[in-house]
Amino acid sequence: MALNGIQIFKLTPKKNCKECGCPTCMAFAMKVAQGAMQIEQCPHMSEDALATLSEATAPPMKTIKIGTGDGEFTLGGETVLYRHEKTFVSKTRYAVSLCTGMSDAEVEAKLAEIPVVDYERIGERMHVELVYVNCGADADAAKYTALVEKAKGLGRTLILGCTDPEIAKAALEVCKDSKPVLNGANASNYEAMNAVATEAGVVLGVSGKDINELYDTTAALEKLGNKNLILDTTGADAKETFANTVLVRRAALKDQDRTFGYPSLVNLVKIAQGDKHLQAALAALFTMKYGSIVVMEEMTYAEALPLYGLRQNVFTDPQKPMKVEPGIYPLNGADENSLVVTTVDFALTYFVVSGELERSGVPLNFVINDAGGLSVLTSWAAGKFSGTSISEFIKENVEPKVKCRKLVIPGKVAVLKGDLEAKLPGWEIIVGPREAVQLVKFLKDMQA
Amino acid sequence: MPFNQKPQKFNAKINSVTIGSGDKTVTIGGDSTFPFYTFDAPSENCPKIGVEISDMGLEGVSEGIKAYYDGASTMADIAKKAAAMEGADFVALILEGGDPNGENKSIDELIAVVKEVADAVDCPLVVEGCKNVEKDAELLPKVAEVLQGRNALILSEKEENYKAIGAAAGLAYNQIVGAESAVDINLAKQLNVVTTQLGVDPKKIVMNIGSAAAGYGYEYVVSTMDRIKGAALGQNDNMLQMPIITPVSAETWGVKEATASEADMPEWGPQDERGIDMEIMTAAADLAAGSDAVILRHPESVKTISKMIKALV
Repeated sequence: MALNGIQIFKLTPKKNCKECGCPTCMAFAMKVAQGAMQIEQCPHMSEDALATLSEATAPPMKTIKIGTGDGEFTLGGETVLYRHEKTFVSKTRYAVSLCTGMSDAEVEAKLAEIPVVDYERIGERMHVELVYVNCGADADAAKYTALVEKAKGLGRTLILGCTDPEIAKAALEVCKDSKPVLNGANASNYEAMNAVATEAGVVLGVSGKDINELYDTTAALEKLGNKNLILDTTGADAKETFANTVLVRRAALKDQDRTFGYPSLVNLVKIAQGDKHLQAALAALFTMKYGSIVVMEEMTYAEALPLYGLRQNVFTDPQKPMKVEPGIYPLNGADENSLVVTTVDFALTYFVVSGELERSGVPLNFVINDAGGLSVLTSWAAGKFSGTSISEFIKENVEPKVKCRKLVIPGKVAVLKGDLEAKLPGWEIIVGPREAVQLVKFLKDMQA
Repeated sequence: MPFNQKPQKFNAKINSVTIGSGDKTVTIGGDSTFPFYTFDAPSENCPKIGVEISDMGLEGVSEGIKAYYDGASTMADIAKKAAAMEGADFVALILEGGDPNGENKSIDELIAVVKEVADAVDCPLVVEGCKNVEKDAELLPKVAEVLQGRNALILSEKEENYKAIGAAAGLAYNQIVGAESAVDINLAKQLNVVTTQLGVDPKKIVMNIGSAAAGYGYEYVVSTMDRIKGAALGQNDNMLQMPIITPVSAETWGVKEATASEADMPEWGPQDERGIDMEIMTAAADLAAGSDAVILRHPESVKTISKMIKALV
């Protein structure tokens, strides 16, 4: 349980020495309780007090880092079960699976397919971040290492699915510098796997035949001093996997059970092999509910477009609206003579409006300027979507590029018409409909 | 020390609402846990799936859907095929042709379609209006009238027209009322309150709290559903205990990911496949957040979501 300021104060030396920068120990304790300062910033804490405090003030779920450079990802560190309570901090990461059981041709096809999905959506790069390399039961070290080498060539962060300590050790030799995950500890091998993972300095994935065994093995690994773990919550079927994944997260965040305070890994290949549509459904389910890493058989654009969009939505900070980049977005094959339509940069508004504009089939230049990521009326009320801001953007960015001098503004800010006409000489200002759904008809009527 | 599993028990549950008549009925809602949390309490009633058909026939639907309905030339044929889809629990007829900004079909014309569909299938029926509040206020009471005895779900009454539709569907013709709000817990509750004040039985209301396709402001859907389920179960708020139905297909088949042709976006691959995954993933997310029923269009999506539900309960 987190301690309150008074409880922390009782553990401080109460000397009011000010060395931490706070006027009194009480003030310092309050800041620690709020998370504004770290307990280590007090130079006079006793060892005992520090131990008590670090245990009590540790976050309920550890933040685990995997990979290096561009491929470094942060998993876990969540503090809430529902995004409206605060915000989810570490996105679900997706892995595509390779296995020693695949033929060379199958492996080559996967390796060629993985980099295909790579695009940007509202300022975020969408790609397959991880590659899961599974070691089948009959593979030896040479075969597995060869596959790991091939996978490594993609430059994505690897997860080694391997329960044999000797094979794992050999495979890590070729890839440990890129900080892969070694997913392979279980009740029967955890001591040996712990040694392999610790020596290589990589995160260790733990699994169990059921949730109790997973708990016991995790506790045993913690006792060995390893707190750099990921919990493989994959069970025998979808139902058990969902139960494990939710229970692990809930135990950590709601019931403060630190043994389960680690990120999770869900391997859909085990519970829905060969059924890509069921995997798609489950990938969405585990993005919503507590999968830190989700392993799938494939990630083509068909899966990626909805899945990455869903993830972007679920993991957005509820206090910060999503914004699109200001600029001119030509739609339906627009050129410099096409009509200009404008609205705010709030992502939701942008998507709804651009969808309707595209549906109309009318070529037009869709202009977005910086309105603070707020909706039309809110940004207008805040002075961020005004005659001045729109006219300045049009003069600087649109006039040099677009010859058409007709501008459609949202119906909700019809009041801006006069101001814009004054500030944009030569432009015809047209008041559009109040709702996006009326745009198709509006534009068609305009054409007629 | 073994793992101490603490179940999350609620002394409240989502209302069960039965749609349909005779021996072909479907019950939605009824659970007392968060979606698919069977480890807290066994699920009494799993989520249900409706197949969407439109009065516009097969105009504008994707290739895969067209292929499924191959040979169906009348609305009756289409309805029969929809009802026979693997994994389908009910048929949802959307009267989009009534939209004054679109085809603007007359009410008589639309009622004829409703009759044709109702006569063709005996499965539970959901009828959706054209989304124009004035037209729906005239159209949906007539729909409720001609479906007397079918115990159909009428989607949707909204804040602007709840009196006309709520009174006709819920009071005069004894149907189930679908209350549609725009992704906001307070608006959803408010509409339930005013609908019950008309005299409609709260146990005969199903909510459509609004939806979005994955990637299109879906965070609002997640949080609204999370909060509604939290209030319904955790605080026993009986004005939010109505089960939730989410028309998924109407959103997902209209976004760029599903409508862009392969010729325009060659790297995106086959269009039908993109539409299916958009529908499947949005539906799975809706169910994970708290929908008790979803309305889908593509046979592959219906089959897959049905499989997912069976695998989880």
